[in-house]
Formats: sequence, C-alpha cells, structure tokens
Amino acid sequence: MAEEPQIEEVGLPVLGQKAPDFEAVTTQGTLRLSDFEGNWLVLFSHPADFTPVCTTEFIAFSKIYEELKKRNTELLGLSVDSVSSHIAWIRNVEKKMRVKIPFPIIADLNKEVAKKYGMIHPEQSKIETVRCVFVIDPESKIRAMIYYPLTTGRNMKEILRLIDALQTTDKHKVATPANWKPGDPVVVPPPATAEQAEERLKEGYKCKDWYLCMKKL
Amino acid sequence: MPCVSSDGKPTTSGMALLKSLKDGALSPKDISSKTGQPLFRIRSGLRELKNAGYVEETDSKYRLSENGKTLAK
Repeated sequence: MAEEPQIEEVGLPVLGQKAPDFEAVTTQGTLRLSDFEGNWLVLFSHPADFTPVCTTEFIAFSKIYEELKKRNTELLGLSVDSVSSHIAWIRNVEKKMRVKIPFPIIADLNKEVAKKYGMIHPEQSKIETVRCVFVIDPESKIRAMIYYPLTTGRNMKEILRLIDALQTTDKHKVATPANWKPGDPVVVPPPATAEQAEERLKEGYKCKDWYLCMKKL
Repeated sequence: MPCVSSDGKPTTSGMALLKSLKDGALSPKDISSKTGQPLFRIRSGLRELKNAGYVEETDSKYRLSENGKTLAK
C-alpha cells in the first residue's frame, strides 16, 4: 500500500504580524515578498492549474486587476504546480477564454511558501493548497486572511470591499460596519472612558447610543 | 519578467530596464514612474541585473556598470 504523503504541521499566520518573507520562482521571474513593499498585496493560493473553479477565479482576479491597481494593490498567485504548468495554463486561458493573466504566479513546488502561510489544510487536501487570500499592507503586515475550501470560488467584490475598508480605516482612523461599502457611514471608535462616553452623545455624530456612533466621511 | 537569460545576457525586459538608466542613477521608484512598470518587477529586475554585473547600487540608487553602459548605448 502506498504511503500517504507527510505534511509538516505549521501554524497559521496571525493578523498584524509581519508576513513571512520568501523568495520564489514565478511566471514573472524570481520575486521576494520585499519586492512588494510600498504597495498593498493580495497573495492568494489556488489548488491546481487546469482545474475548473481555479480557472473561473483566475479570470475573475484578472478582471479586478485594474481596480486593484487603482488601490495601489498588486496580485500574486500561488499553487504547488511548476512554472511550466502555470505558463501552459495561462496561455490556454488566454487562447480559449480570451483573458490575459497580468499578475505573477508562484510555482511553489517544494511547498516552502505554502507552509509558511498555512495554505495546506490536510483535511481538504494533502497535496494542494486551499483557497487562501492574504491582504498584506505596504509595511508587509498581514491585515486580513480568508480561507475557502477547494469547492468554493472566491468573491472578488468582497476582496475589493475588504481592501477599501482596510485603507479607509488606516486613512481616517475609523472602523467599518457590517456590509459597509465606500460612501456609507463609518463607525466612530468607541469611547475609552466614562467621561468620553458622556461627551460622545454631544459630539454631533449619529448615535444609537454612546457605544454605537456613525459619521459620514 | 526575468531580466537576465540563462546565458547571462539581458532579456528584452532587461534591456528596457538598462536603457531607463542611460541618463544616470535612479531609485526603483523613479524607474517605476518613468517606465510605468510595477515596482515589484523593477526591484526584481534590478536585483538580477546587479547580480549579473550590468548595474551597480549605491544608497538605494542604481546606475549602469561599464558592461551595462556598453549594452545600453
């Protein structure tokens, strides 16, 4: 009986920590995480080239590429396939689906990057990466993570919304409520003291109570 | 894109990067603004060209080496 491949147990990254550095072969040459410093980065993994859900996702990621650029955000894909496989797949997508894949894709054959980012979940697959999204800020800190199973394609609008929300939080020092989208009111950080709570209701915000106040930007 | 091929010569992308340095030393950000290429690609390309001896780095700015100057003419 063939032995099952052994996958090294690794912890998942933590929000706010410095994103693990790497140097990896990609479809656009050898790249390091530090090459992206100064930009926001969406690092995402997909299970395998030439598979149906991944193909729909790559087309969808390509379609939001220009929107991401407007947000000073780069895209970087990853799977444990070879760079030749990546090249063959993106050429096929371009030829058959008429969509050019403009972003680099890491060929993580030795799973070095996948292990650092906790992208392999053995209960899903011992040999493929699950559908991870890491939003990394210009200082290389991990700001958000999304993990989807193999069967479920990701929602590009949510990825754009998430970046908008993070950038709005950084710029205006506010939080964003459920289902927030650009233009909607934002949440004023809650008061830290009883005195501030008393004053909060007089500060001109739209408040349900002292702890839930909103404002327009 | 890879800027140096397996035979050690600059690729088309590498040559474009070398030519962007013809007028003097620039930072990766300056080159990115000048060429419209993403910053990550410029940084990666400069690293390759530096390792191959076509550019030199001083204080985070890159200039053509003698070899680079010959090619960028």
